[in-house]
Amino acid sequence: MVKRRLTMVVDPIMCDGHGVCAELFPERVTMDPWGFPIVDNEDIPTQLEDHAQRAVTSCPRLALHLVERRQSSAHRERDPAR
Amino acid sequence: MRTPVAARPGPVPEATALPRVLGGLSPEGVPVGLEAHLARWGRLPVLSASPDLIDKLSASGLGGHGGAWFPVATKWSSIRHGRFSRPVVVANGAEGEPASGKDALLLTRLPHLVIDGLSLAAAALEASQAVMYVPAHQVRDVELAVDARRHLGLDPVPIQVIAAPDRFIAGQESSVVNILNGRREAVPSFIGVEPIRARGVNNRPTLVQNVETLAHVALIARFGPAWYRALGTEQSPGTMLVTVTGRWATPLVMEAPLGTPLRDVLDLSPAAAENYLGALLGGYGGGWITMSTLMGIPLTEAAARQAQSSLGAGVIALLPRTVCPLAEMARVVRYMNEQAAGQCGPCIHGLAGLAEMTQALAFRPTALPGGTRSILDVCDLVDGRGACRHPDGVTRFVRSALTVFQGEVAAHLGGQPCGLTNARAVLPCPRPDTTQRVGTGRW
Repeated sequence: MVKRRLTMVVDPIMCDGHGVCAELFPERVTMDPWGFPIVDNEDIPTQLEDHAQRAVTSCPRLALHLVERRQSSAHRERDPAR
Repeated sequence: MRTPVAARPGPVPEATALPRVLGGLSPEGVPVGLEAHLARWGRLPVLSASPDLIDKLSASGLGGHGGAWFPVATKWSSIRHGRFSRPVVVANGAEGEPASGKDALLLTRLPHLVIDGLSLAAAALEASQAVMYVPAHQVRDVELAVDARRHLGLDPVPIQVIAAPDRFIAGQESSVVNILNGRREAVPSFIGVEPIRARGVNNRPTLVQNVETLAHVALIARFGPAWYRALGTEQSPGTMLVTVTGRWATPLVMEAPLGTPLRDVLDLSPAAAENYLGALLGGYGGGWITMSTLMGIPLTEAAARQAQSSLGAGVIALLPRTVCPLAEMARVVRYMNEQAAGQCGPCIHGLAGLAEMTQALAFRPTALPGGTRSILDVCDLVDGRGACRHPDGVTRFVRSALTVFQGEVAAHLGGQPCGLTNARAVLPCPRPDTTQRVGTGRW
């Protein structure tokens, strides 16, 4: 069975920079100078999944998501903002 | 049963003749009416949902000319095979980029070639709705063109014309969808996992395709992939429209085969190139390159990427030695900050910071004690952290400017600014129009 690979994503439109995620999941979330979370793009190992899940459910804006990484590379094709 | 319009094929234009798309322009500078359009290009082949057209597009190698250069056939196939619900197809003519004029030219002067492309997409994807999304001031003319076609029954899927707000990000794919879904402001969404192609207008699969791309589709449908590939290179086939600023007295829209040396596109001798400080490719989300780079590379997206830039939607701007490049940068960054949607924290704070710092670098370098390092640090903080690519475009613009104009940067920071900061601006930065936010009703 293929192990599912989880990664964390912030919805930057919803996020208001409350900072709960950085408190609850400091292993992977840091704050920028303006108070908004910087989330790394790495897979979340099994032993950290509980922490990650707690950060997700505690976000007051529901801006944090755990998503299953697609097997094909993390290629996201979007039109440039124009 | 719908009777297909009798296919009276037009004369096939010489495959290597230039211009192609712009070859249909009337010398008098007036819009090309339906009769003249049909006389020049002939009727469209019978519109159908068979995969023929997608195969042709695939063989032609056509990429999206709105800036992303994504393969058109791949995009269409994913919509065709993705879902059971009938999709919505949108011709995107918003062209928010102030330094680009090609889409406006097509919509004003050659609207029927674009509408042909939209109807081909609608048929190939079995769409239920087709939309021309165009700047407010062009709505009337495009509607007249659509009406003229209705009388001949040329477009089996009815076409609606919807006004695009006058805003830099109005043409961003999710901004387009938001306007068509009845939102008042053309601002992007966080797309997350499911792309617009799967869930867009009214939650239907949605194709948003640049108007120039659709004009090329209209020619490929008529004359085939081999004809299309007779110009351009193996990897970058066909032609593209470019808008050139700073080379001649007024900005000019031109059509050139992909792969043409940029020095030929711009008609630049080595001596003439000496008159310029550098060149901007791809617009305000693109990147600056040195004149020596420009003189050595062809007009292809691959070459532009290799030079840390992009062809984007075909903007090429040359900066003459009579202006201060840092003042130009500061004005553009301020404009891009004003034009941001203001939805994402890192973009709001980062772009405001970059606007302030680039302003200081150009006009008051003593107010920037951290030098370029402080600017680059903010760029690092902003990258990839918006819902759309607007902030990433600004950082590419700023980083490349700091590299290409490092001589000027050192002079400014060393207390010897160029003295040209008040020269007339080359890069257009229209003032934000706060009075005219075009709200369109739900449709």
